Amino acid sequence: MAKKMLEVNQLTTKYITRQGEDVYSVDHVTLDIEEGKSLGIAGESGCGKSTLALSLMGYYFPPLHYTSGTIVVDGKDITGLDPDTVRKTVLGSDVAYIPQAAMNALNPTRKVGKFIEDVIRAHELPMDKKQIREMAEQRFAKLGLPVDALDKHSVELSGGMRQRVVIAVSTILNPKVLIADEPSSALDVTSQKMVIKMMKDMMAQGMVKSMIFITHELPLLYNVTDDIMVMYAGQIVERGSAKEMVFDPIHPYSRGLMRSILVPEEGTRDVKLTAIPGTPPNLKHPPIGCRFADRCRYATAACKVNQQPLLDIGGGRSYRCAFSEKELREVYEREDG
Amino acid sequence: MKTDEKISVQPEDTRESVTFGSDRNKDFSKEPLCLSGKGVTRVFHTGKTTTVAVDHVNFEFHKGELISIVGESGSGKTTLSKILLGLLEPTEGEIFFKGQPRDISTGAKKKEYWKGIQAIFQDPFSSYNVFHKIDAVLLDCINMRGGKNLPKEKKIEMMTEACSFVNLKFAELTNKYPFELSGGQMQRLMIARIFLLKPDILLADEPTSMIDACSRATILDMLLNLRNETGMTVIFITHDIGLAYYISDSVYIMEHGKFVESGRPDEVMLTPKAPYTKRLISDVPKIHEPWDLSTVEIK
Repeated sequence: MAKKMLEVNQLTTKYITRQGEDVYSVDHVTLDIEEGKSLGIAGESGCGKSTLALSLMGYYFPPLHYTSGTIVVDGKDITGLDPDTVRKTVLGSDVAYIPQAAMNALNPTRKVGKFIEDVIRAHELPMDKKQIREMAEQRFAKLGLPVDALDKHSVELSGGMRQRVVIAVSTILNPKVLIADEPSSALDVTSQKMVIKMMKDMMAQGMVKSMIFITHELPLLYNVTDDIMVMYAGQIVERGSAKEMVFDPIHPYSRGLMRSILVPEEGTRDVKLTAIPGTPPNLKHPPIGCRFADRCRYATAACKVNQQPLLDIGGGRSYRCAFSEKELREVYEREDG
Repeated sequence: MKTDEKISVQPEDTRESVTFGSDRNKDFSKEPLCLSGKGVTRVFHTGKTTTVAVDHVNFEFHKGELISIVGESGSGKTTLSKILLGLLEPTEGEIFFKGQPRDISTGAKKKEYWKGIQAIFQDPFSSYNVFHKIDAVLLDCINMRGGKNLPKEKKIEMMTEACSFVNLKFAELTNKYPFELSGGQMQRLMIARIFLLKPDILLADEPTSMIDACSRATILDMLLNLRNETGMTVIFITHDIGLAYYISDSVYIMEHGKFVESGRPDEVMLTPKAPYTKRLISDVPKIHEPWDLSTVEIK
């Protein structure tokens, strides 16, 4: 069996609001990723995708707080470390994070090469300026980025280029896990494709050992990641391979999501787009039963009061629903006629 | 814990859903012209550089048609939409509104023109006046349509109807400010405004790009419903090719200020002819066909 790069067990993190209320936006999340694999996380806005990404770094700053659970990166437990240690020993080398607005993350007064120096200095690696420069040039050449970009300021680069530079800088120390939170959603389709190609190349060349990719663009996720996990209201509701999740989802929520896919392909124009009615619950006061019950077409009275565990059905698939796989499939078949 | 209960299915959304079929492939070329343009051009001068943002474009938008203008950033979509809205004057070319040359030379004439054309913008969070409550926003629309002297009950009835059209409850919205709603709800409230204003043309500039895929379906559904019910022309400006393919009756592909290809979505998206369109379509991730990453050069 391949080596596990990331193992997360029952991770719970919360936000504390200004009024002092606890909002558990990552609720008992358990997941693992093997070496060389990628995991996509899908879900509506506000379902906890980005909070999960932040929580996985082990670097917490208010209003986000750690509550319980463990995060193990390549055999090393990174939970419970103080922020300074995390910054020096975990970020960049074990876990790298690309935020949503990475394009705007570059300091406009400094040259790109300086950012790479910063990363090396923060990790206190014994390298002099010349060695860092050499390393940076090699990495840029390998990724197909122009080496002269190292001597440019961020404003001189295009949006897509800036994004790729941020990815190259944040992965310079060959992290074990790369967490990319909507890395391409602000880009044109062509720039997006370049970013994705670069990320795939990095995986193939072993610069990044495993990847978590967060987006609400399902066709993109389907093409980029091996597995897809769907989150709803802070919990995982289903996980499976990308193909299974897109063409054969089990959970009613995943099914709803997959039905909102829009692609320019023959036949898709004639399919009626269905939206899931209602909005996700307010996590200040989460529902006592199944969190999706209020919006679920199949919910019974029991669903609204009983919580469901995430049920592992083998083959890397799991889902969280009171009904059995068989019952759900039967009803879907009836509906599709 | 597994229950033995049989699954009982609740009916889907109670709202009447859009019916496709023959209507989806309707030929709009016989409908009267609503908005058309000949050689529309806009040039910007900044210092010594000259940028041609919109370059001699011709278009014919018919009544009740849903048109998508698709292009990447910097292709001139937004400049064109500003010209159509009358916020920018074209440097060259003519625009015809309902067959007559458009005249927006004075403030009063502009106001008159805006009764016929309304817009929904990309960012719902900056589309509202933060000092106005939701009732005031909707009341303004009724007043603009000449309903100033209607009895209060009638006005409330109209506002309730508009809200229920977009699946919002008016009773829960009164005394609230728009910023208390979510992005999707705000965008729906925008559609409720359009429902009250009933313009001839609705220009929607990336109305769903800041909203997640799931609420996007609801908004698209509502726009289609609105078009079907009122027969207004909808001009949809977007960079999302899958969305344009799904929603539109005709598609215009824009590159560097020019329309490089236009026609029915099936023709343009499935059998593209212009090299630019071909590249654009091949760069979109799909789910039935493989997404070929080797076609893109990293530069």
